[in-house]
Amino acid sequence: MAQLLVIQFLITTKDNRIDMISLNNINKTYFTGSNSLHVLKGVDLNIEKGELVSIMGSSGSGKSTLLNIIGMLDNYDSGEFHLNGEFIQKMSEKKAAYYRNKFIGFVFQSFNLISFKNAMENVALPLYYQKVSRKKRNIKAMEYLEKMGLAEWAEHLPSELSGGQKQRLAIARALISEPKVILADEPTGALDSATSMEVMDLFHEINDMGITILIVTHERDIAAKTDRIVKLKDGIVDSIISNGERKKWLADQVMA
Amino acid sequence: MFDLDKWQEIFSTIRKNKLRTALTGFSVAWGIFMLVVLLGSGYGLENGVKREFQGDAVNYISINSGVTSTAYKGMKAGRRIRFTNEDREIMDKIQYVEKSSSRTFLFQENNTISYKNEYGTFDIFAISPEYRDVEILTMTSGRFLNQKDITDYRKSVVLGRLVYEALFKGGEEAVDKYVKVSGVPFKVVGVFDDPGQDRDVRRIYIPVSTAQRVFNMGNNIRNVCLMLGEADIQQSHQVVEDVKQQMSERHKFAPEDSRALFIFNSIENYKQFMDLFAGIRFFIWIIGVGTIIAGIVGVSNIMMIVVKERTKEIGIRKALGATPRTIISLILQESILITAFAGYIGLVAGVGLLELVSNLIPAHDYFANPEININIAVAATVLLVLAGAIAGYVPAKKAASVKPVVALRDE
Repeated sequence: MAQLLVIQFLITTKDNRIDMISLNNINKTYFTGSNSLHVLKGVDLNIEKGELVSIMGSSGSGKSTLLNIIGMLDNYDSGEFHLNGEFIQKMSEKKAAYYRNKFIGFVFQSFNLISFKNAMENVALPLYYQKVSRKKRNIKAMEYLEKMGLAEWAEHLPSELSGGQKQRLAIARALISEPKVILADEPTGALDSATSMEVMDLFHEINDMGITILIVTHERDIAAKTDRIVKLKDGIVDSIISNGERKKWLADQVMA
Repeated sequence: MFDLDKWQEIFSTIRKNKLRTALTGFSVAWGIFMLVVLLGSGYGLENGVKREFQGDAVNYISINSGVTSTAYKGMKAGRRIRFTNEDREIMDKIQYVEKSSSRTFLFQENNTISYKNEYGTFDIFAISPEYRDVEILTMTSGRFLNQKDITDYRKSVVLGRLVYEALFKGGEEAVDKYVKVSGVPFKVVGVFDDPGQDRDVRRIYIPVSTAQRVFNMGNNIRNVCLMLGEADIQQSHQVVEDVKQQMSERHKFAPEDSRALFIFNSIENYKQFMDLFAGIRFFIWIIGVGTIIAGIVGVSNIMMIVVKERTKEIGIRKALGATPRTIISLILQESILITAFAGYIGLVAGVGLLELVSNLIPAHDYFANPEININIAVAATVLLVLAGAIAGYVPAKKAASVKPVVALRDE
C-alpha cells in the first residue's frame, strides 16, 4: 500500500515535469537599509513547454522581479522553482551562469548590447561562454543575423542601428545559444507601435519553433498577442486569462 | 591563460577603449621611466666620483711639511718645517704603516723638459719607487723607477702619457732615449698612464736620490706618503696621531699646531665619499619607491574606474552565461597586459635615455656612465604589474559578484 503511494507520488511529480517553468509559493523581499519590501508574496505559476505567456501588472507589482528570478539573475527567499524539471535553488554563481547560458535567452527593454562590439560579435557572445571557437561562432552569428534580416549590418556597432534593429539583434543573441526559454523584459518598451508588432511577430515565429517565451509588459496590445496573460497584483498572481477568454478580457478592458 | 580566443576578446576590448588603455599605460610607463632614469643618474653620479678615486690608492696618508703657527719650546712661530730622508725612515716604523714613500715637487726656475726640438713645461716629482703604489700607475712601456735607480743615483726618468705624447711625435719609442730635465739629461726608462685625471699624466718622475744630488736639495724631501695596507679608519687616525706626535718632538713644534703639517688621510676621505653615496643611494631609493607607489595608486584608480564603467557590460556578460571567474580574469588579464606592455615601454625608454646621455655627454668628473641594474628595473616593472593586478582584482571581484540584475539596472 505504501509502495503504491510512493509510485503515485512519483507519477504526480513526473506530471509536474511537463511544465517548463513551475513556481510554487515564491517569496522575495528586498532589503534596503532598515526598510524591507516584500515584493513577491507567494507566487504560484506553471508555464508549459512551448507556451507564449505574458506577465502584466502595474509598476511595483513584482513582474520584473519574478522574471529575474526565473532568469536566475536574482535569488528567491522561499518556495520552489523548477526549470525544465530541475529544482532551481540558491546555487553557485558558476552553476547559475551555466544554466543561464544553456536554458535561457534574455531580451531587455534597453537592449543591453555591448556598445564597443559590432553586431556579429554581440550575437556571438553567448557562444564565447560555451567555448565555441571564434570561427564557428561567427558563422553561426551570421546565420542568426540573416534570419533577423540584419546580415548587412554585421559589422556595425549597436549605436549605428535603429531601435527595432537593436531589439532584433538582441533577440538573435538570445536565440543563438538555442535556449529553452526566452525571457523578455518589456521588449517593446522602447519601440514604436509598428516596430513593436514586428517584434511580436518575431516572437510568434520563435514560439512556433517550440521555444517557451515569457514576456513582461504593461502594454495590453502586446499581452493580447500571447497565449496566456498572467496578471500580477501586489506580489501575487491576481488572475490568469487564457487564450479563449482573451476577447472577453479585452472587451472588458475597453469598457472599463 | 594561453587561450587564444580569450586574448582575442581582450585585444578587441583594448582596441575599442583606446583612451582608457592609454591612460593606464601612461601612468605605468611614466613610473618605470622615472625610476630607471633616477636610479641610472644616481649610479652615474657615483661612477663619476668613483672615477676621481680611480688611479689613486685609497689607503694612504700623505703628509706635507708646513710652517708653524705657534711658538713652542723657545722657537718662534712662522718657522718652516723641513722633512729629510730620516723623517721618512722614522715614519716608516710607525705601527700599521706597511710601507712609505717620499714625493718632492721640484720648484725649478727652469722645469722645461725637452727631447730634440720638442719641449714643454711639466711637473717634476722626485720620488721613491714605492710611490708607484700610491698612484697605482700602469706602465705602457718600459719600467718604473726601482731601488737601483735610488742607490746608484741614476739619472732615470719615467714620463707621463701626456709628456710622452708632447715630446715623442709619431709614436716614437721613448725608452732608452735621453730627455733634458732642466737642462740635465735623463734616460727614459718607462712611460706610464693613469686612469685618473689628466694632471696625473702631465708629469715626470725621477729618483729622489738623484734629484737631491743633481738639483742641490741636500737630503730634503717635501712629502711623505704612508701606505697602510688593510688598516681601518680608526687605525688610520692612530697613525695620524703618531705622526703628529713624533714629528712635533723631532721638529719642535706644538703637537696641536695644525699648520706645521698638512695631513691628507685618503682612508677617511674615501669613507666620507662612500657615506655620501650611501646617503644618495638611500635618497634615490626613497624617491624610487615613492614613484612606484604613485604608479600603483594610479593603476588602482584607473582599474576602479574601469570596473565601474564596465559594470553594465559585466551584467550583460553574466546574463549571457559568464561566470565570475571569467569576468575577473577578463579584467585582470587586460590590466596585466596593459601594465606589462607599458612597463616595458617605460623601461626601454628609460634605459634608452640613459644610453643616449651616456654616449652624448663625455664622461665628466662628477658624472660618468649612467646605467641601471637591469634586474632592479625588471623587478620594479614586475612589481608594478603585480600591484596593478592586485589593485584590479579587488574591484573586479566585487563587480563580478554583483547580481546581474543590479548591474543591468537602468540608470
